[in-house]
Amino acid sequence: MTEKIAVAVAENLINLTIDNREVSVPAGTLVVNAAKLAGIDIPVFCYHPKMEPVGMCRMCLVEIGRPAIDRASGKPLLNKDGSPQINFGPKLETGCTVPVSKGMVVRGYTEEVTEARKEVIEFLLTSHPLDCPICDKGGECPLQNLTMEHGPGQSRFIFDEKIDLAKNVPLGDLIFLDRERCIQCARCTRFQDEIVDDPVIGFSQRGRALEIITFSDPGFDSYWSGNTTDICPVGALTTTDFRFEARPWELQSHASICNHCSVGCNTTLNTRREAKSGGDEVIKRVMPRQNEQVNEIWICDKGRFAHHYTESPDRLTQPLIRKGDALEPATWDEALQLVGDKFKKSKGKFAALAGGRLTNEDFFNIQQVTAKLGGKALLDSQMAGGEMVAQVGVGQGTNLSDLRAGDVVLVIASDLEEEAPLHWLRIKQAAERGAQLIVANPRRTKLDQVAHRLIRYEYGQEAAVVHAMLDSFSPKRPDQPASVKQLLRDESVKAAAEDVQSATNLIVFYGSEGLDVAGSHTLASACANLLIATGHVGRSNNGLVAVWDKGNAQGAWDAGFATSVNLADDLAAAPNLYIVGADPVGDRPDLAETFEAAEFVVVQELFLTKTAQMADVVLPVLPYTEREGTYTNAERRVQRFYPAISPRPGARADFAIAAQIGLALGLELESKLASLAFEQLAARLPAYKDLTYGKLAETFEQWPIIGREDLYYGGTTYDNTQGLGVQPPSGAERGESPALSFEALTDPEKRKGLLAVPVTRLYDLGLTVTTSEILATHWEQPHIVLSPADAEKLGLELGAQATIKLNNMQSPVAARIDNRVPKGVVLVPRSVGLHIFGPAPIEVGA
Amino acid sequence: MAEHILLRHRDNKEISKLPTYRKGSGFSAFERAVTKLNPEEVTDIVFDSGLRGRGGAGFPTGLKWRFMDKNNWPHYVAVNADESEPGTFKDRELMESNPYQFLEGVMLCAYAVGCNDAYIYLRGEFWDLAHELDKHITKLHKEKLLGDQLFGTEYSLRIHTHLGAGAYICGEETAMLESLEGKLGQPRLRPPFPPSFGLFGKPTVVNNVETLANVPLILEKGAKWYRGFGTEKSPGTKIFSLSGNVMKPGNYELPLGTTFRELIFEHGGGLREGRSIKAIMPAGASSSLIVANDVALDTQMDYENVPNVGAMLGSASIIVIDDSVSMDWLINKTVHFFEHESCGKCTPCREGTYWMKNITERIHHGEAVWDDVLLLNDVATNIKGKCLCALGDFATEAVTSSIERFREDFETRVPQSRPKTEVKLSL
Amino acid sequence: MNHLRDQYGKEIEDVLARYPETQKRAAVMPLLYIAQREDGYVSTQDMDDIAELLAISTTDVASIVGFYTLYHDEQAGRYRIQVCNDLPCALRGADDFLDGLCDHLGVKPGETTPDGVVTVEAVMCLAACDKAPMFQVQSYDGIAYHEVQTVKSAVKLVDGWRKEKASG
Ligand SMILES: Cc1cc2nc3c(=O)[nH]c(=O)nc-3n(C[C@H](O)[C@H](O)[C@H](O)COP(=O)(O)O)c2cc1C
Ligand code: SF4
Ligand code: FES
Repeated sequence: MTEKIAVAVAENLINLTIDNREVSVPAGTLVVNAAKLAGIDIPVFCYHPKMEPVGMCRMCLVEIGRPAIDRASGKPLLNKDGSPQINFGPKLETGCTVPVSKGMVVRGYTEEVTEARKEVIEFLLTSHPLDCPICDKGGECPLQNLTMEHGPGQSRFIFDEKIDLAKNVPLGDLIFLDRERCIQCARCTRFQDEIVDDPVIGFSQRGRALEIITFSDPGFDSYWSGNTTDICPVGALTTTDFRFEARPWELQSHASICNHCSVGCNTTLNTRREAKSGGDEVIKRVMPRQNEQVNEIWICDKGRFAHHYTESPDRLTQPLIRKGDALEPATWDEALQLVGDKFKKSKGKFAALAGGRLTNEDFFNIQQVTAKLGGKALLDSQMAGGEMVAQVGVGQGTNLSDLRAGDVVLVIASDLEEEAPLHWLRIKQAAERGAQLIVANPRRTKLDQVAHRLIRYEYGQEAAVVHAMLDSFSPKRPDQPASVKQLLRDESVKAAAEDVQSATNLIVFYGSEGLDVAGSHTLASACANLLIATGHVGRSNNGLVAVWDKGNAQGAWDAGFATSVNLADDLAAAPNLYIVGADPVGDRPDLAETFEAAEFVVVQELFLTKTAQMADVVLPVLPYTEREGTYTNAERRVQRFYPAISPRPGARADFAIAAQIGLALGLELESKLASLAFEQLAARLPAYKDLTYGKLAETFEQWPIIGREDLYYGGTTYDNTQGLGVQPPSGAERGESPALSFEALTDPEKRKGLLAVPVTRLYDLGLTVTTSEILATHWEQPHIVLSPADAEKLGLELGAQATIKLNNMQSPVAARIDNRVPKGVVLVPRSVGLHIFGPAPIEVGA
Repeated sequence: MAEHILLRHRDNKEISKLPTYRKGSGFSAFERAVTKLNPEEVTDIVFDSGLRGRGGAGFPTGLKWRFMDKNNWPHYVAVNADESEPGTFKDRELMESNPYQFLEGVMLCAYAVGCNDAYIYLRGEFWDLAHELDKHITKLHKEKLLGDQLFGTEYSLRIHTHLGAGAYICGEETAMLESLEGKLGQPRLRPPFPPSFGLFGKPTVVNNVETLANVPLILEKGAKWYRGFGTEKSPGTKIFSLSGNVMKPGNYELPLGTTFRELIFEHGGGLREGRSIKAIMPAGASSSLIVANDVALDTQMDYENVPNVGAMLGSASIIVIDDSVSMDWLINKTVHFFEHESCGKCTPCREGTYWMKNITERIHHGEAVWDDVLLLNDVATNIKGKCLCALGDFATEAVTSSIERFREDFETRVPQSRPKTEVKLSL
Repeated sequence: MNHLRDQYGKEIEDVLARYPETQKRAAVMPLLYIAQREDGYVSTQDMDDIAELLAISTTDVASIVGFYTLYHDEQAGRYRIQVCNDLPCALRGADDFLDGLCDHLGVKPGETTPDGVVTVEAVMCLAACDKAPMFQVQSYDGIAYHEVQTVKSAVKLVDGWRKEKASG
C-alpha cells in the first residue's frame, strides 16, 4: 500500500543529506517525501503521496549518491578529509521511486538536475495546447506553476506541428476531459484503480496517442469521479459543476463539513460574489479539505455535487401561520409568540421530532425545550443504538488509518459503499494493510471483495449472528432461539468469533440494511455486548460505529434524542408536535392522519414539505452553508463548520429559533452565537465537557503535507487550517463501566411469501439529491431487486415494470434482477418513493 | 562453422521431428537433470559455461538464475520470444526449425529454478509458430517429458504459449510480464527485478529464446566444451541475423568474436556490384551507426569489442548499409519505428520520439534548416538517459551517431544558405 | 447472455486453465483473439463479455484493444495485408513493393478495397528481414507469412481471395 510516513514515530530513522541539509526520516520514505519533510521542493507530476510511485513523468529526476563501500572489508570508503566517499550513478534517478538509505546524498538543484527539469517541461509542453487563459485549472495548475518555476521559458517546438485533439470530451455527465491538456501522468486512472477499486477509466493506444477512455455505462460511472479532478495536475479533467464557472483566484474558501452521511468529510466551500445573485456570494464548488483521520483528502461525488439544495429558490424565507385552510405569511414575532403560547400549554403532551442534519447546538436547544415541556425528544431515523455508541466508543484517538495486522473490523448489516462511501474506502484500505475484515451480510456487497471472512445469514438474524459469536466463546445461554444455535455451528461464525477474541483492536460497524428501528436496537446492543465481552471498549481504535443515515445522528443521541420504535404511536400520544428538519408525512403517508388529528404542529424547515403543509406554524431555517455549528460524526468526532455565504434574509438558525421559543418557557438558551450555545451544551453534556469552539478549530501537521502552494503534490484538496475536530471520551473512558445486558432474541417468524427488506442507495431521491440537477442521471428511480429465481417465478424480466404492494400501498416499480439477492427476498431501496421502514411482507405482480 | 550448436537443422533437416531429436540424444540432458542433478547443479553448469543472454543485454544467464528469490514461491519462467527488433529474425528460425532443442532449454531452465509453469511469450505475428509449438508441447506431454511427476520424481512441469498482439515494447522484460498478466504492455519500475518480483508478482526468470536453446548442449557436453567456442568473456556461438544491403542475408551461427568482415563478405556474400559498404548497425534499429572502415570491419563481434567502435552487440542483428543510402532517410525510418512503438508511459520517450519524428520528416523532405539538425541532436540528447526503460535510449542511438558520423548526409539535405553552428560531438 | 461463453465455452475454459486461479485477467489477450474470429474485430459487446468472464471492467478490456496493433475495433477488409516497410525490408525494396501493390489495388496504405476483400497496411518489422519484400496476412482467425514477394505474386494471392469470395 501507499507508503505511509509516521512523522511522530522516531524509531527506525534514516539520516541522509538533501541539498546540504541533514535530514532524518523513517526508513522506507521516498526521496521526494524526505525532501518535502525537510521543506525542500522536488517537483513531481505523476507521483502522488497517496498512490504507489510509477516514476513515469520524470519530473523528479535528481542526483543521488550513496556511500562507497569497500568490497573486501564491507566498510565505507573515506575521502582524504575523513568524510565518506559518495558514489553518484551515471544517470539521474527519479526521487519519487527511490527510498532513502543511510548516508545517501541527494542533490536536487545542480545544473544537471535543473536542466533535466527544463527538458521534461519542454517535452510536456510540446503537445500541450498552452490555453491557460481559458483553462479552468489556470491559477491553481501544477503544470502552470512548475513551468513558471522550472521551465525553459521558450519552446523550440514548432507550434504548427502541435497535435489537435478533442477538447470537450464528456467522460460522463460529471467529468469532462480535454485530451490536449492531458499529460498522461495516470493519476486519475491509478486513483480509480488503486484507491477506489473502480477502474472505469483507463488508457488506450500508446506513445503520443495514449489517451484516457471509459467504457462504463453511464460514462465514468463512479462514486469517486470528482476526486480525479483534484489530483489531475493539469486542466484535463474538470467537473461539469465547476467548468467555465469561475477562476480560482476569485474564490473565497470556507471550511465546512459534509452532512450527507455520517462520515463527516471535511470540505471547503468555494464561493464568489455574483451579479446574477444581486451581488451576493454563491457557492461555486465543494472541495475536500484534508483530515487524515476522517476523509484524508477525498470526498464522494454526492458530497461534491449535491450541495445545490442550499441555494434553491424554493426555500422558505418567511414564517407561516395557518389561517383556516391556508398558511399565511407572518412576522417572526407573531409566529414565535403563537408557538410560545401554545407550547406553554402543552405540558406533558409534547413531542419533538428532529432530523439528523441538525447541529449539536440545534439538538441541545430543542432538547432543552422538550425537557422543559416534559415531552419526548425523538430522532427521525430508522436506526437506533446511539446511546451505546456513546458508551462503548469508539474511543478517543481512533483513526481507521491506524488499523493494521492484528486488528479486526466487523461490518454487519451494511452496504458500506452506498451508506458511507468514505468508511468503505478506509475500511478497504485497513483490510489491504492487513487488518482482518469480517463482513456479515445476507448478500454480496462491494466490501466483500477485500474481506478476509464472510458471514452470510438470513435477513432477521443480524443480532443472532453476534449472539452466536458471543456464545461460541462464553458460557452458552440456554434461552437462545434456534437460529442462534444453528449459526453457532457455522464455521465462518466460529472463525469470526476467534478473530474477534484475539483482536488487538476491534471496531464494529453496524448499518441499517434489512432492519427496522427495533431490529437496529437489538443489533446495536448485541454488538456492544460483543465489544464489552472481549474487552474492546474505552480505548482508541476500539468500539462501535453506527453507519447513520444522516450527518449528525450521533450528535442527536448525545444531546438526549432517541429514535422511536413506534413513531406513529409516539406522535399520536403527544398532540403538540415540534418537527425540526424532518418530513415524517412525506416519508410515511400513513402518518398524515396523526398530523391531522394533532392539536398544534410547528415545523422548522428549509422547504414547504408535506409535513410543513399540514403545520400550524412553519418557521424558515438556514442551511448549514449559511451559518455555523458543529456535527458529531459516526466515529464520535465533533467537528466545526463555518458560514460560507450570507444567510438568506428571513430565515434563522434552528438553535436560535429553539432558543427564542424557549424564552417564552422561561429558558435561558443562547440564540445568537453558536459558540455560546455550544458552551452551554458542553456544560451540560459530560462527554463534551472539555470542548470549545477554539479546541475544535485546532490543527496539527498532517501527512502528506499539502498546501504550502505546492498543488503539484497533493492536488487542489484544501489544507486544513480551521480544525480537525476532537473525539471526546466515550462513556467507558469517563469511568462509566458499560455492563453486559443481553436482550433476549426470538427467531424470525416463518413466512410464506416474499420479504421486502430496506436497503440504502447513495443517490436516493432525498431532497438534497433531487435539488442537484447535475446528478439527475444518477437518481435512483423506484425499483426493487430480486433474485433470478424469484424473478423467473414471477415472470419478470430485467427492467420489467412491476407493481408491488407493501405496507398497504401499491406502487409501480422497475424490477432489477441480481444473483446476489437471496431467494425469497426483495430489496427495496429507502427514499426512492417507496415506503419501507423495516422488513415487511411484499407482494409483487408483473 | 563445421557443425551448428543452435541451427542444427542446417545439418539435419529432420531435427524438428521428435523421434529424430530424441535419437540424437535429445532430452537426455533434461532427464539426467531431473533424475540425477539438483537444480543448483544445473544452474552451476550454466553459470560455468559463461553463457550470456542473447536478448540484447548479454547478462550472464547462470547468475540471473541464481538471483531467484528462494523465499517466495511459486517461481516462473517467461521466455522472451517477442523478437521485434528491426533486423532480428533468429528466434523465429530457431523455434520453427529446431523446436525441441529450444523447448528442452526451457525445461532445463524451469527445472533449475524450481518452476512448474513456464510461459513462452511470442509476438502475435508468430501465430502459426505458436500453434506449431503447442503441438510439440502436446507431444512432449504424451511422451511424459512434460506433465506431472516426471521420470517418477516429484517434479512437474507445464509449458504454455502466450501470443502478444503487436507491440515491440513487450520485448522489454517487465513490459512482457505486464502483457502476460493481461495489462497494457508498459514497462515496470526496476528494481525490483523479475527474479524477485516477476510474473504475477512472483520470482521469474526471463530469458531469450536463443539463450535457452544453448542450454541442452551445455548440459550434455559440459561448460568446458561450450567455452571452446567464442572468446573468454563472450563464450559460445551466436546467431547473427544479417540483413540490409548484402547479397546473402540470413541467419549465420558463428562463434562470438567473428569479425564483421568475415560475416558480411565471406558468409553474406558481400555487397551488390558497384556498391561499397558505408555503415553497419550491429544491434538492429536500436543501434548506433558504425562507420564501416577497415578498423570496424576487422572488429570482433562480441560483447566487449563492439563498444570500441561506438556501438553495442545487442541481439547481433547486423544491418548492412551501402553507399546508396542517405542517413536522413535512414533515421527517419528508425525514428518512425520508435515513435510508433513508444508505449507512452514516460515523458521523454513519448514526447521526444514524436518530436524527433516531426523533425526527421522535415529534414528528409528538405523542409528543414541546419538548426533543425542541431535541435534533433539536442532532443535526442535530452531523451537519452532519462527514460523509464531502454526504448527511449534506443530511439536516439541512430540519430545522434549519424549526425555525428555522417554529417555530410545532413548538410546536403538542408539549405546551404543557412549559417551552420557546430554540433557538440560526443562519443 | 454471454455470447462468447455460449459460442466458445470449452475453448475459453481451456484458455483460462493456462493461468493461475487468481490471475484470470491474463487470459484477456487470447480471449480477444477468439472474439476477433467472427468478423475480424472486437465489438463493444465482445468487450463486455470478456470483462464479465474475467471479472474486470470493460474499460480494462478496451485499453488492451487500443494498445496492441493486432486487435481492431472496427471492421476492415476480410484480409489485412500487412507489409513490412521497416528499415531492413526497406533497404531491400519494401517501399517500392508497397507502392506497387497499392497502385495495383487502387488503395493507399490503411485503406480497404471497395469489394471489402483486402486492407493494405504498412507495419513495423516482422522478423523476416532476410526475406524482403514480405508481408503477413491477418485474417479473422490467424496470421500467415508471405515472404520474398513481388507485386505479381501478391496480386495473384488477392485474386485467389476474390475468386473465393465470388464463388461464395
Ligand atoms: C525495448 C526493448 C525491447 C526488447 N526486445 C527484446 C526481444 O524482442 N527479445 C528479447 O529476447 N529481448 C528483448 N529485450 C531484452 C529483454 O528486456 C531482456 O533483457 C531479455 O529478454 C533477457 O533475456 P536474456 O538474458 O536471455 O537475453 C528488449 C529490451 C528492450 C529494452
Ligand atoms: S487526465 Fe490528468 S490525471 Fe489523468 S493522465 Fe491526464 S493529466 Fe494525468
Ligand atoms: S517520475 Fe517521479 S514524479 Fe513522475
